Amino acid sequence: MTVLPAATSVEIKSMGCDDSAVLRERGQREVFCGLAPIVWLHRKIQDAFFLVVGSRTCAHLIQSAAGVMIFAEPRFATAIIEERDLAGRADANAELDRIVTRLLERRPDIRMLFLVGSCPSEVIKLDLDLAADRLMRTVGTGVRIVHFSGSGLETTFSQGEDACLTALVPHLPAAEAGAGRSLLVVGSLAEVVEGQLQRLLEGLGIERVRFFPPRNSDDLPPVGPDTVILLAHPFLATTARALESRGATRVSAPFPLGAEGTTLWLKAAADAFGVAPERFEAVTAPAAARAKMALERYREELSGKTIFFFPDSQIEIPLARFLSRELGMTLAEVGTPYLNRQLIAPELALLPSGTRLSEGQDLERQLDRCRADHPDLVVCGLGLANPFEAEGIATKWSIELLFTPIQGYDQAGDLAELFARPLVRRSRLVELAPCN
Amino acid sequence: MQLTLWTYEGPSHIGAIRVAAAMTGVHFVLHAPQGDSYADLLFTMIERGQKRPPVTYTSFQGRELASNTSELFKTAARDAIERYKPQALLVGSSCTAELIQDDTGGLARAMNLPIPVVPVELSAFMRKENWGANETFYQLVRALAGPNVPAPGTPRPPRAPGQRPRCNLLGATSLGFRHRDDVTEITRLLDRIGIDVNVAAPLGASPADLARLGDADFNVVLYPEVASAAAEWLKRSFGQPAVTTVPLGIGATIDFIKEVAALAGIDPAPALATLPSRLPWYSRSVDSNYLTGKRVFVFGDATHAVGAARVAVKELGFTVVGLGTYSREQARDVREAAKLYGVEALITDDYLEVEAKVAEAQPDLVLGTQMERHVAKRLGVPCAVISAPVHVQDFPARYAPQLGFEGANVLFDTWIHPLMMGLEEHLLTMFRHDFEFHEEAAPSHLGRGAAQAAERPADPVAVAAAPAVAPDTSGSTSAPATGDIVPVWTADAEKELLKVPFFVRGKARRNTERFARERGLAQITVEALYDAKANVGR
Repeated sequence: MTVLPAATSVEIKSMGCDDSAVLRERGQREVFCGLAPIVWLHRKIQDAFFLVVGSRTCAHLIQSAAGVMIFAEPRFATAIIEERDLAGRADANAELDRIVTRLLERRPDIRMLFLVGSCPSEVIKLDLDLAADRLMRTVGTGVRIVHFSGSGLETTFSQGEDACLTALVPHLPAAEAGAGRSLLVVGSLAEVVEGQLQRLLEGLGIERVRFFPPRNSDDLPPVGPDTVILLAHPFLATTARALESRGATRVSAPFPLGAEGTTLWLKAAADAFGVAPERFEAVTAPAAARAKMALERYREELSGKTIFFFPDSQIEIPLARFLSRELGMTLAEVGTPYLNRQLIAPELALLPSGTRLSEGQDLERQLDRCRADHPDLVVCGLGLANPFEAEGIATKWSIELLFTPIQGYDQAGDLAELFARPLVRRSRLVELAPCN
Repeated sequence: MQLTLWTYEGPSHIGAIRVAAAMTGVHFVLHAPQGDSYADLLFTMIERGQKRPPVTYTSFQGRELASNTSELFKTAARDAIERYKPQALLVGSSCTAELIQDDTGGLARAMNLPIPVVPVELSAFMRKENWGANETFYQLVRALAGPNVPAPGTPRPPRAPGQRPRCNLLGATSLGFRHRDDVTEITRLLDRIGIDVNVAAPLGASPADLARLGDADFNVVLYPEVASAAAEWLKRSFGQPAVTTVPLGIGATIDFIKEVAALAGIDPAPALATLPSRLPWYSRSVDSNYLTGKRVFVFGDATHAVGAARVAVKELGFTVVGLGTYSREQARDVREAAKLYGVEALITDDYLEVEAKVAEAQPDLVLGTQMERHVAKRLGVPCAVISAPVHVQDFPARYAPQLGFEGANVLFDTWIHPLMMGLEEHLLTMFRHDFEFHEEAAPSHLGRGAAQAAERPADPVAVAAAPAVAPDTSGSTSAPATGDIVPVWTADAEKELLKVPFFVRGKARRNTERFARERGLAQITVEALYDAKANVGR
């Protein structure tokens, strides 16, 4: 059969950003806190319940972020701290015990309870680690109670998932010695994506593949010195460190977005497991070709267009790499809330050199830069999107990128379509004045 | 602590933002941790605002708690003034900032800013959204109209000859349920009876507009949840009386016109000679006959709940079987209204409790908030939204007031729409086994939507959460409930019960069981079912 050129040999001339050009800013930030990922995590781990210990603001945030979904049977709630809880910590702990007891009585199907810290619980120094241990002993028979912080003080949006998974790492069983090497894919992925990646990895001959987090809390994957971890998302730095501290080895790779990203990601796994290049080609080439074909449809729409990323979830850099290399978009600025040099290095090496990167945010100044750039498309949160549209600037709202299956070969076209859609829509609404 | 799955109101600082975002020329510097800017999307997405709300968040993070968060606040305030050049600056703290106790008001005052600074204390751990809006509006009014307050005892100057009476319209905000169109509707109504609007606030008003609130002859409080404190202060300071009847429905609008006319010193008779609303005729027309006695459960903020109950009973001929509110501040008004309809008011912000009460009352229609829409969907009961909190679909593009005469038209259409239409209701009662039109199907005028589930048992969570519900003996003169005897349905009776149309079947089941309990029957037979029917009526 024809062997397609290996994706690792792609042209990398004029590519590569080191981090010297990163603009670091602090100031007003228009981002979610780490509580927001509860909106997808509670669906991912199906027997888990997320109890936020916080204020009415926290409850309101999750409710607003979850939109209509809150009307289904939600597996999350907020223990709202009230004036009387602020009097003393002991009292707050007793209240927490009462609420958890009530909750577990009411929901006997829950096998894992996350106590999620918030800004208020952290400022009053409510020790939820201690509370989790105590509750496991007192009320939680058969229920694993785990604490992590999703507060805005400590976490930005997707870092909430990082904190959640990090807290779970100590609960993972130890891998049996001599069981052989296994691959652990880390990060919440859509079911359809998980299935596709599993098939590809198995096709490569990597037999022992597990995903973390699992769909059920009693199915926690084992970890140990024979575990190879591959991150599915760039925002999982502390989870990776925690897994490494249990002996696992992380394999560095770009993230599985687009045809190229997916190939490089799979290649990293293949290399770690000594998969022969021929086999790698045979397994991945048809899917990669299919992905490229799907992308072709959107290339015409997106090629040459300028895009500006506001910081949101840390997936901005991999997305920018995908959009510039596979769809020919021009990068104005790529903002990220947090830039982990180690994890993102393979991505930076693929960005056009000289790309303006920014870490953190000073909202008003970034808005000024954005307007001065006149980008064709702005990736930003819902607080900014409509105001930009009203100014005549096309936007792609960023949360959708966390709520849509976008990883892997067979989602590459869908991912491109997410960026093409706002532009197509604008070109369709010909009879409308720009704004009214 | 309070276990909350869903909150009817946001925190108090959301109320403050609603007031700031409603106005022009006001900027709000909110001391808050990173992440609290989620609030912006309520305004940009739910209300589809074209501008960011005028809020600068200090967005402090953990590492900044160790250093100087007050410096961060001062920088944010300075930058906001320089960039936005507002006429007045509102400053306050969200819940977390309240805990770290930076005195935002004191800090801002010490900065000697060139514009009026209005600090607002939001008591985040005690108060909620509507209180926050009320307090913020009051503080703004006091700060901006305060300098124009006449000396105590100064008589109000007489109106210039030929000048029409003027009033202020108080209470409309951003994110208010239909506030946009209510203001338009009431402004038109007032104009029709010869009264001008001096200032409508906070929605659309600037600080300069607030400064001239005292020029009006009286105030119209459209939404007491937001404007009661400001109206009270204006009454004390400028001697302006306030109209407190909220013109929701025909009867209330007539009362409103009479009250307004009395304050303006004009004759209401010409305005009342013709009522430009179709509700009265639509409701009297024979097509509406089948609406008589439909059992309705009403829940929402106090203003809309009380108003809706009056319309339901006196203008549509429904029966109110439940009335409640999450507005504890106005609980007394709701209790008084509930007495009128012979029900006990439900004052709670626990949605599970509301759900349990709806399940217990088995209404034919629920009038409530976005949350009751969910409850009703679960229980398979038709529902219409009458009050915030609401989602994006209740900020419609079309003109859709709730108040005044056009508002009454909107209410008629909105509330009737979810009900099964008359002919279909009759046919379902007669022929139950149609393959297409059957009780599991949605009313056919709603399309082939979700299946109804009229008799689905209430969700176990809700039932567990509900306070133990005593057997319902309200209004009955029966012997004390015999307690432990749970009457058992015979197979024949159970089958016969299925012949009762689904929308009244739940009630029939309840009435029959109560009848059996009261008479100490161990078994419910077909006879008992019909005995109960004869005793209780439909």
